[in-house]
Amino acid sequence: MSFMNWIDKRIPISNSMKLHVTEYPAPKNFNFWYLMGSLAIVVLVNQIVTGIWLTMNYTPSAEGAFASVEYIMRDVEFGWLLRYMHSTGASAFFVVVYLHMFRGMMYGSYQKPRELLWIFGMLIFLVLMAEAFMGYLLPWGQMSYWGAQVIISLFSAIPIIGDDLTTWIRGDYVISGATLNRFFALHVIALPLVIVILVFLHLIALHEVGSNNPDGVDIKKPKGTVKPEDQAQFKFHPRYADKYDIVDAIPFHPYYTVKDIVGLVGFLILCSLVIFYAPTMGGFFLEPPNFTAADPMKTPDHIAPVWYFTPFYAILRAVPDKLLGVIAMGGAIVMLALLPWLDRSKARSIRYRSTLHKVNLTQFVICFIILGYLGVMPATDLYTLIARICTALYFGFFIFLFLYSKNEKIKPLPERLTK
Amino acid sequence: MSNAPVDKGRRRFLTVATAVVGGAGVVGAAVPFIASWNPSAKARIAGAPVEMKIDKIEPGQLVRSEWRGSPVWVIRRTQAMIDSLPLVEDNLRDPDSEQPQQPEYAKNKHRSIDPEWFVAVGICTHLGCSPQFIQRDFGAMEGVDAGFFCPCHGSRFDIAGRVFQGVPAPTNLMIPPHYFVDDATILIGEEEGAA
Repeated sequence: MSFMNWIDKRIPISNSMKLHVTEYPAPKNFNFWYLMGSLAIVVLVNQIVTGIWLTMNYTPSAEGAFASVEYIMRDVEFGWLLRYMHSTGASAFFVVVYLHMFRGMMYGSYQKPRELLWIFGMLIFLVLMAEAFMGYLLPWGQMSYWGAQVIISLFSAIPIIGDDLTTWIRGDYVISGATLNRFFALHVIALPLVIVILVFLHLIALHEVGSNNPDGVDIKKPKGTVKPEDQAQFKFHPRYADKYDIVDAIPFHPYYTVKDIVGLVGFLILCSLVIFYAPTMGGFFLEPPNFTAADPMKTPDHIAPVWYFTPFYAILRAVPDKLLGVIAMGGAIVMLALLPWLDRSKARSIRYRSTLHKVNLTQFVICFIILGYLGVMPATDLYTLIARICTALYFGFFIFLFLYSKNEKIKPLPERLTK
Repeated sequence: MSNAPVDKGRRRFLTVATAVVGGAGVVGAAVPFIASWNPSAKARIAGAPVEMKIDKIEPGQLVRSEWRGSPVWVIRRTQAMIDSLPLVEDNLRDPDSEQPQQPEYAKNKHRSIDPEWFVAVGICTHLGCSPQFIQRDFGAMEGVDAGFFCPCHGSRFDIAGRVFQGVPAPTNLMIPPHYFVDDATILIGEEEGAA
């Protein structure tokens, strides 16, 4: 006690623990979808730890990279496990992040006052994509090389400065050791640092506005409007309790830490199945051409990005014009970031929204999945046509949403959380 | 401490002046960090021109070389290939090579110095894959047997590297600067008369 006292007089550890963990009011009705945030943090930690260990044996040079990855796989004690944890972790990261984002769309978690929280999330998503892309170059396999070639040359679509910009990014006239080395530097230090900072800001913003929930109604009521016996019977930090009457809430710890651990166990079982029994996931997590060293003279027959980029890649390919294709691909992400302002509905959660909205969100998800599938397939006439339809519907989701959401017929919102 | 009244205007001027000077310092300090991403002296030297012997190349044959790490094709076109050039023109995006994808001396129908010899960078202008040289059953149209097909996203180019309409590649294939040193030698990566 006296020791903690000594510490707390010098740095407010106990207060921060109460504020953010033991006395943080979380809505009592969190479901499966609310596991993803904490799972994402666990995966982030996994990526950082396994990543640090991989750098201990990896050689960041065009001559040595491919061989050093084979060395890690064959000769380093448990090197194969560290690498598969890292490569599977990358895909797992996107699985939980996509589910996390879908949760936000389903329950309107981006709506006022959580716009900035959503923007921080979108920034994390963007940096995460850059991080994954640069990490994929490091094994210096055929798909590493040619995938990077395709993505970097996207910048050449920019008028006037495009060609010089791509040379500047590569540090050479082609992708070379210079590119590999700078991507290594960015992948292991610069971008992870940015991600950690953004995650910190994301959490601070979350705790400032409070968590949304599957009903999308507030658990913080104006002070003095709720009878004491109707308020949540827990001690919450004065930072929240002094300003609001809090209903239907439970402290994050121990209630949600315990729930998250249950989810985590299930999640780790699934990850272990992949790591131990299907580390390449049939070519989706690690692509077959990447088991051949990079060869600038020989393009693989079919270049496909890793699965988590394919929906956006399919949008890029669906547009016949190069610059417009790049703009469409970027626009697909910008539209997501603009959701807080495109959705003008008075209800947050899908539970109280119109059938039209449910149909719209469903078609969006279906299109996203179809685009993801098309992105790994070669572009045939039929597939290109389907990709164009799905791209139109993808953007249509946002346009329809903007048009109908303002005067949307919603079900009456409950005063308090339902079951 | 002086008791003189605060001169707000002077204070604002000093704040703005400090911010501007500090900002200029930040911009200046950023220069080395940004410039260090440009190709190094070593990479620039590696981008030097390459010489190639062409006296053993048969008609209809494609020979690959490497310049700046990109594949460079040298093709000795057959008469049939040369004759096919006007046939496809209606289906091309840029039959007259209006886009700056070649040196001035290759801005013609055959996109080369000599109609028989075609030199190009073998990188698809869509997303940087290397197209395949098709000599039979090109399939773009009747009576045209040869051309280039990119397996990545299905772009097609004619035997002068001119892009067809309705494919993802936006422009014709890139023609590198080159010249004939003598009848048997070609230099790729440099203009004739350059230092």
